[in-house]
Amino acid sequence: MAAVAEFDSVGLRYGTGAEVLRDLDFRLRSGAFYFLTGPSGAGKTSLLKLLYLAQRPTRGRISLFGQELTDASRDALPPFRRRIGVVFQDFRLIRHMSAFDNVALPLRVAGAADEDVEGPVREMLAWVGLADRASARPPTLSGGEQQRVAIARAVINRPELLVADEPTGNVDAEMANRLMGLFTALNRLGTTVVVATHDVGLINETPGAQLIRLENGTLVDPTGALRNPPRPKGQR
Amino acid sequence: MLGWLFVALPERRLLGATSRRAPTPWVIAIMSFSIMLIAATGLALANTAGVLSRAIEARYALEVPGGGGNLDALLAAVRASPGVSSAEAVPESEMRETLGKWLGPAAESTELPVPALINFDVVPGADLGAIQKRAQAIAPGAHVSAHRDSVAPLLHSLTLLQWVAFGLVLLLSAAAAAAVVLAARGALDTHRFTIDVMHGIGATDLQVTHLFQRKIAIDAFIGSIGGAVAAGAVLLLLTTGASFAGELTGGATLGLVDLVILALLPLALTVLATWVARVAVLRALREAL
Repeated sequence: MAAVAEFDSVGLRYGTGAEVLRDLDFRLRSGAFYFLTGPSGAGKTSLLKLLYLAQRPTRGRISLFGQELTDASRDALPPFRRRIGVVFQDFRLIRHMSAFDNVALPLRVAGAADEDVEGPVREMLAWVGLADRASARPPTLSGGEQQRVAIARAVINRPELLVADEPTGNVDAEMANRLMGLFTALNRLGTTVVVATHDVGLINETPGAQLIRLENGTLVDPTGALRNPPRPKGQR
Repeated sequence: MLGWLFVALPERRLLGATSRRAPTPWVIAIMSFSIMLIAATGLALANTAGVLSRAIEARYALEVPGGGGNLDALLAAVRASPGVSSAEAVPESEMRETLGKWLGPAAESTELPVPALINFDVVPGADLGAIQKRAQAIAPGAHVSAHRDSVAPLLHSLTLLQWVAFGLVLLLSAAAAAAVVLAARGALDTHRFTIDVMHGIGATDLQVTHLFQRKIAIDAFIGSIGGAVAAGAVLLLLTTGASFAGELTGGATLGLVDLVILALLPLALTVLATWVARVAVLRALREAL
């Protein structure tokens, strides 16, 4: 199966500090569901940043959607970012814009005409159960509602890869289950999903999901299932 | 080309509403006001210098240092000279009146030697040497001098003042540009969150830049037009209401071309501010990540 993302001996450090990620060597298969887990400070958020192209590795190579992007120019990255949906723990909604406009933003950034925005956004808001809250601004929404708006924004462009950083961290258990339902539904439609979480219960309730475990910036993968296949001799 | 200026309402909302107390339009307005006044002064000075220069271009003076009892003969000789289009003697009373401004009552003393003076205009190609020789045949000390030589220091000063005005316009434009750079960087800091969100969903630097470019273009347009209108009102007051304006400008006025130049200045300032904002934002975005 094709790889959505491929990490090859990737390391990351911020400034002159110690490496927060070391020797990451794995691939994410297209259409799979992954949980990224590990203790606080293990490097989960840093790994996600590499995945959604908010950060460049300090060493190693990263390929996304079959393209080597480690040294890609700054201007080459936006088209790849549009193929990735990101859900943050703190939602990152623009406070002075309505839920509708927040969800519509990726379409508008991608250059969609107004008439091509209305329908999909309404549909997406209905999908996350917020059809009647379209004109509400984020400060007037509950945590769960804001997270659902953030999810709607992340998936409005039908991303090939969905990355969620502790998406259930700020919502109650019932809402967490509901959000996970949205993720699995999206996964069934073919989107590769990577969810960073501490919540073991959540992991256990998602059959078929694979686990990526980080500890001290390195990948703990006893089964070897996530590692790259061995390279032919002589190839780097 | 100007698509960035006419964007849909939701995109306009990305940076939130502009506060009326936002400093950028006010700073630009002050710059525009100053630039307009200084530019108008520079253009008026250029016109004054032009009028003066044209008026004295063909004008000469025949001076007899010891005074002239034979002024009428001299005047007749000058008028009869080839190439002289007009000539008139300056009455002694007028000379003494002029001297009186410096010497006071002493200027009326008969012991004070007052030179005789005849102003005359010539056509191009007139032989000034021949005119001087004719005059010297009547009054040996007579000599011809060009008015432009006497007025040269004044014209030089006027030219210098025009350059000073031009330099000030450039300096103020540079100051406006610097203010725009600061405003753009401030706006980037204020909207860092929105920028991060936009980058995260795949916006290009140019798309982000267009948001700020548009905001600053509108601020700059409002400010520069406001400043220009205020400057126009002041200029109108000076040229129509204030009596000393005539004294200051020597009756120099602004021509149609000058008015067009002045009308274009606010637009030029807007274009400058917009371009500077674009460059500053693009550079800051590239430095930031």
